[in-house]
Amino acid sequence: MKHRIKPATRKSFITYAIMIAAFIFVEILVSTGNASNMFQGLLVPFCVYSISAAALNLTVGILGELSLGQAGFMCIGAYSSAIFSVCTKDTITQAWIRFPIAMLIGGIFAALFGVLIGIPVLRLRGDYLAIVTLAFGEIIKNVFAALYVGYDSNGLHFSLTSQGDLNLAPDGKMLINGALGISGTPKDSTFVIGFIVLMISLVILYNFTNSRTGRAVMSVRDNRIAAESIGLNITKYKLITFGLTAFLGGVAGALFSHNLSALQASKFDYNLSILILVFVVLGGIGNIRGSVIAAIVLTYIPEALRKAGSNLTNYRMLIYSIILIIMMIFTSNAKIRGFFTASFMRLKGIVFKNKSAVKEGE
Amino acid sequence: MAMLEIKDLHVYYGIIQALKGISFEVNEGEVIALIGANGAGKTTTLHTLTGILPAKTGSILYNGVELTKTPAHKIVKMGIAHVPEGRRIFQQLTVLDNLKLGAFTRKDKEGIAADLEMVYKRFPRLEERKTQIAGTLSGGEQQMLAMGRALMSKPKIIVMDEPSMGLSPIFVSEIFDIIESIRKDGLTVLLVEQNAKKALAIADRAYVLETGRITLSGKASDLINDEKVKKAYLGD
Ligand SMILES: Nc1ncnc2c1ncn2[C@@H]1O[C@H](COP(=O)(O)OP(=O)(O)O)[C@@H](O)[C@H]1O
Ligand SMILES: [Mg+2]
Repeated sequence: MKHRIKPATRKSFITYAIMIAAFIFVEILVSTGNASNMFQGLLVPFCVYSISAAALNLTVGILGELSLGQAGFMCIGAYSSAIFSVCTKDTITQAWIRFPIAMLIGGIFAALFGVLIGIPVLRLRGDYLAIVTLAFGEIIKNVFAALYVGYDSNGLHFSLTSQGDLNLAPDGKMLINGALGISGTPKDSTFVIGFIVLMISLVILYNFTNSRTGRAVMSVRDNRIAAESIGLNITKYKLITFGLTAFLGGVAGALFSHNLSALQASKFDYNLSILILVFVVLGGIGNIRGSVIAAIVLTYIPEALRKAGSNLTNYRMLIYSIILIIMMIFTSNAKIRGFFTASFMRLKGIVFKNKSAVKEGE
Repeated sequence: MAMLEIKDLHVYYGIIQALKGISFEVNEGEVIALIGANGAGKTTTLHTLTGILPAKTGSILYNGVELTKTPAHKIVKMGIAHVPEGRRIFQQLTVLDNLKLGAFTRKDKEGIAADLEMVYKRFPRLEERKTQIAGTLSGGEQQMLAMGRALMSKPKIIVMDEPSMGLSPIFVSEIFDIIESIRKDGLTVLLVEQNAKKALAIADRAYVLETGRITLSGKASDLINDEKVKKAYLGD
């Protein structure tokens, strides 16, 4: 009997292949000197937003809960990892050891907060998560914007009022300087590392959705009462999913903070959360690959338009909005989507002759 | 001792009282029918039994264990399967995934595989459609899937909430034939129905629920000839 690959497995492998091909393409562009500075500067942000959007899609698409606070988790990840890196950059000199630990710390702290707000909220039925995460994101941003952290030979010092209140020893260093944010973070993020982290995130996300746990989570989304009737601990599965979304959001934040020599909390505002959600919605709810592609395309377009020449620059946001609307129509209208799927199938039929009959199933 | 003993159960939705002190019992091997009009509290009773809703006061003893303090996911593990009202299947998952999820609380791989065969034998249509997305099944097939999914948990007692609701007469007969065959295999059945005629025809005993209270009970064969029941529920 012919061995057939599960459709879900095939889907994930196609995604990996696209990502690797894109990565090689970009590397060639860069090494042959065909990539602009602007484009090269966007490579790490591509990874950051892709990871964050794909992770958010887990909560929005697979669990079916709305979260408006992804920027908050990124913020926690960015700050906690940066504090770690700044404190240890003299003791752990090798970035390839220090940075993975920093990202892990960023992820764990973000997940911790995710679970902390998830425990009371995810028990409730209804859209409470949206309301609470919205508030959470704003609170986190404001707390970090008012946070002063420094360290000296006595260890870490915290204050929420001013730099002077830290009482640092003369040899002390500032880590977080209120609204001015973090500075002195080692620039450990590179496109290669970002790409590796993105690939690992995708493997985690695909394996999660295709696992027994993933099916359980989808069953909660499909029908809560039925999920309860088969003996599923609903709160537990919601927490696992939301925690994983927060974790990867935190990792993305770590990648972000180690890409900039100075980072302010104000970057992680409500707009960023909405932007990430836009990537998820336009990429297709529940479609992880779509989130990544939408994140990359929609991060690139505004920047490309900004550089496209003075005429276009004035119409930058207009063009961007039109593209958003077109993408929305494409991805949400079943008829248009059906038309393109059908054309694609026909094309596939021509190319592969009769082998194109797509058989789904195990 | 009865397998299931419900005593003076009071259940509220906020300030609305849906169950006003109901008591009944189910013995092992019995088919018990719980009949009543729309809004009488039948679904509420089942949801309290399966831990989806909390009870304000009263007790539910299952083989001597108190269920009102037990979370829903543990109740399934104890051998109580629930076929929810309105064919609540997992619409976007395949038939096979739905059935596998029915065995979510179990760890015995061989037992699960054997029960999957058993379910396919009982519902050949489900085997034919195992890779189909469940939401695309017909109403009757979805009801069968919901029943098959419940059986996958290897229950000792199965509670069904209006399995015949909204189905064509052919499917209704088929569903009742299946219930009959389930009881022949030694399962205890608590059947909630508005189709009182069919339910009383296969039940051993029955309870009549009216606005949160049990107003009549007895042998199904007696109730089917009861003047009040005839008038209110049998439409003749
Ligand atoms: N979620 C709810 N919120 C408030 N009242 C409810 C809810 N569900 C049911 N009820 C009320 O509880 C009573 C019993 O409902 P239910 O148990 O669904 O009846 P049945 O299953 O017998 O048709 C009805 O009066 C109904 O309006
Ligand atoms: Mg009902």
